[in-house]
Amino acid sequence: MPAAALATAGLGISAQAAWAQSAKALAPHTLATLVLMSRDIFPHDHFPQKLYIIAALPWDEKAGSDAAFKALLEGGVARLDSDARDGGFGSYLATEWESDRVRLLQGIEQTPFFKKCRGDLVVSLYNQPAVWAKLGYEGSSAEHGGYIHRGFDDIDWLSSV
Amino acid sequence: MAKFDLNDDSVVCIVGSGAGGGTLGNELAQRGIKVVILEAGARTEIQDFVNNEWESFTQLAWTDMRTTSGSWAVARNFPNLPAWIVKSVGGSTVHWAGASLRFEAHEFKTRTTYGDIPGANLLDWPITLAELEPYYARAESKMGVTRTNGIPGLPGNNNFKVMQAGATRVGYKEVHTGRMAINSEPRDGRGSCQQIGFCFQGCKSGAKWSTLYTEIPKGEATGNLEVRPGSMVARIEHDDSGKVTGVVYIDDKGVTQRQKARVVAVAGNSIESPRLLLNSASAKFPDGLANSSGQVGRNYMRHMTGNVYGIFDRPVHMYRGTTMAGIIRDEARNDPKRGFVGGYEMETISLGVPFMAAFVNPGAWGRSFTSVMDDYANMAGMWLIGEDMARETNRITLDPHVKDANGLPVASVHFDDHENDIAMRNHAIQQGSAIYEAVGATRTIPTPPYPSTHNMGTNRMSERPRDGVVNKFGQTHDIRNLFVSDGSQFTSGAACNPTLTIVSLAIRQAEHMAGMMQRREI
Repeated sequence: MPAAALATAGLGISAQAAWAQSAKALAPHTLATLVLMSRDIFPHDHFPQKLYIIAALPWDEKAGSDAAFKALLEGGVARLDSDARDGGFGSYLATEWESDRVRLLQGIEQTPFFKKCRGDLVVSLYNQPAVWAKLGYEGSSAEHGGYIHRGFDDIDWLSSV
Repeated sequence: MAKFDLNDDSVVCIVGSGAGGGTLGNELAQRGIKVVILEAGARTEIQDFVNNEWESFTQLAWTDMRTTSGSWAVARNFPNLPAWIVKSVGGSTVHWAGASLRFEAHEFKTRTTYGDIPGANLLDWPITLAELEPYYARAESKMGVTRTNGIPGLPGNNNFKVMQAGATRVGYKEVHTGRMAINSEPRDGRGSCQQIGFCFQGCKSGAKWSTLYTEIPKGEATGNLEVRPGSMVARIEHDDSGKVTGVVYIDDKGVTQRQKARVVAVAGNSIESPRLLLNSASAKFPDGLANSSGQVGRNYMRHMTGNVYGIFDRPVHMYRGTTMAGIIRDEARNDPKRGFVGGYEMETISLGVPFMAAFVNPGAWGRSFTSVMDDYANMAGMWLIGEDMARETNRITLDPHVKDANGLPVASVHFDDHENDIAMRNHAIQQGSAIYEAVGATRTIPTPPYPSTHNMGTNRMSERPRDGVVNKFGQTHDIRNLFVSDGSQFTSGAACNPTLTIVSLAIRQAEHMAGMMQRREI
């Protein structure tokens, strides 16, 4: 997790998290935290960082036109960082072990901030064609003539069970 | 194409264009009767359908505000989406799976067969299987149901093969690729199934029967049927004698219109139909139209549902091909020794990644959840669907606070699972898991009910006017020229998918209504 590693190394959000600097409405630290939080909510170790960034960017977009929403996100991240400090970590980003970060998230599971983030993410992460490919889902099929000649009944292992 | 005047009071006005309304409209038009169908949704045609779950949901689903209460999981997980049904011409026949099963004889006689179940409001239908059989036969022919009329079954896909292999090992006997209103060979001007998947998103090949491209264009071709999309009916009006005179609706430009009518038939699905009757309350009928029994909106049924997904160590690709690709019928019998009355079917189901993420365990997060998604390609799935108990307290009411865009109270849906539903669901999940484990599943996942796709019972049929809303022909007990033509007529829900029965009742109703009109009885 580059952002966490950098933060731990005292480098903060630097060159490797350049994408976070491009945040338009949110503080770069907020956006970087939201991306790590997104991975912690739906951890898929074979998903590159890019897929979580794509999932989180609509929040930055929305925060630009919705002050209350921006406050919800900034406030939520501030609470996470505060909880992290109370637990002896520098910040959420600086909390190295996933299990420690999950505990922090469990502490805010019932908050509107967490519920909103999880509810949005379940769409913005899993509605990406690149995610479908990672999970072995082939997406739209009508334009390929369906699966009638493309393996709708190609299962070959049942007889060996 | 016909265009009828708003003041033409000789038309039959049908509210809704799905399995009930679309079929009734065509059947009447074929008999030379003038029909206006008012459909709340847009006219979305085959070429407009998209193989993308969220995009299609936005295009087709009924997402107008609704509220919920009760102990059912849907109220917690989807508080403003009690039902997953369609707002588009063709109604829910656009997204239905195609399973077309007849009720069993005892399922028309639930009060007699199951007895006085505490906490339930069971009632025998005023019709029998024998009376409906000729209409079931006509519906199966109309819809091209496989395994009837000499039509071969569909080929089994991977998801079916896994379920079939497990079912056989568990000892089930009645396992096949279903009775489906999906062409296994070209028929009625429509091609055969291309195993596209995405049955729930509108069939891109037209192999699956939908009123959108069968009943409705056939009716329109007679010159006797006009369909007006984008027309949301606000209320039904009546004269001093209590006879209905027409409906008030908001058209596709937002303008309020009044369509006069000789007969009004309500077919807006089991949430909107009672809502419309309740929203039509007047000085003469203060509790809503056709509600002298107080049963309008009550006895809401949605089937006992649930799902089991099995994860294997090798690929399945369950999403390839027909969504509801096969069925196990052995548990559909009534055998109270299992700890519940009524029965259930097990039918394959699959969701794409976007909907799997949303529905497999709503609200879940973390590695327990993502490890399921990681094995998506190795997953097989089945839907469990069984008879649920009619209860007076499971009901549609008008929300006292929330109003829609037209200022009308929205429907509020209250549902509590009956003990019988819970016992049946537990049994079904256990059996479903055993089926997958028998062929090597390394993990089985019971998932909670999705928003209701089967909505039934809220204007039920009854012999006596005090027990229900409509008689054996769907004519309301209280008002001679007001009919109900959708699944809200159901007195009980049976173990099987409702569409074939809705279509059969609509064919029968059309025949009866045409006779009454000819005899000047309405």
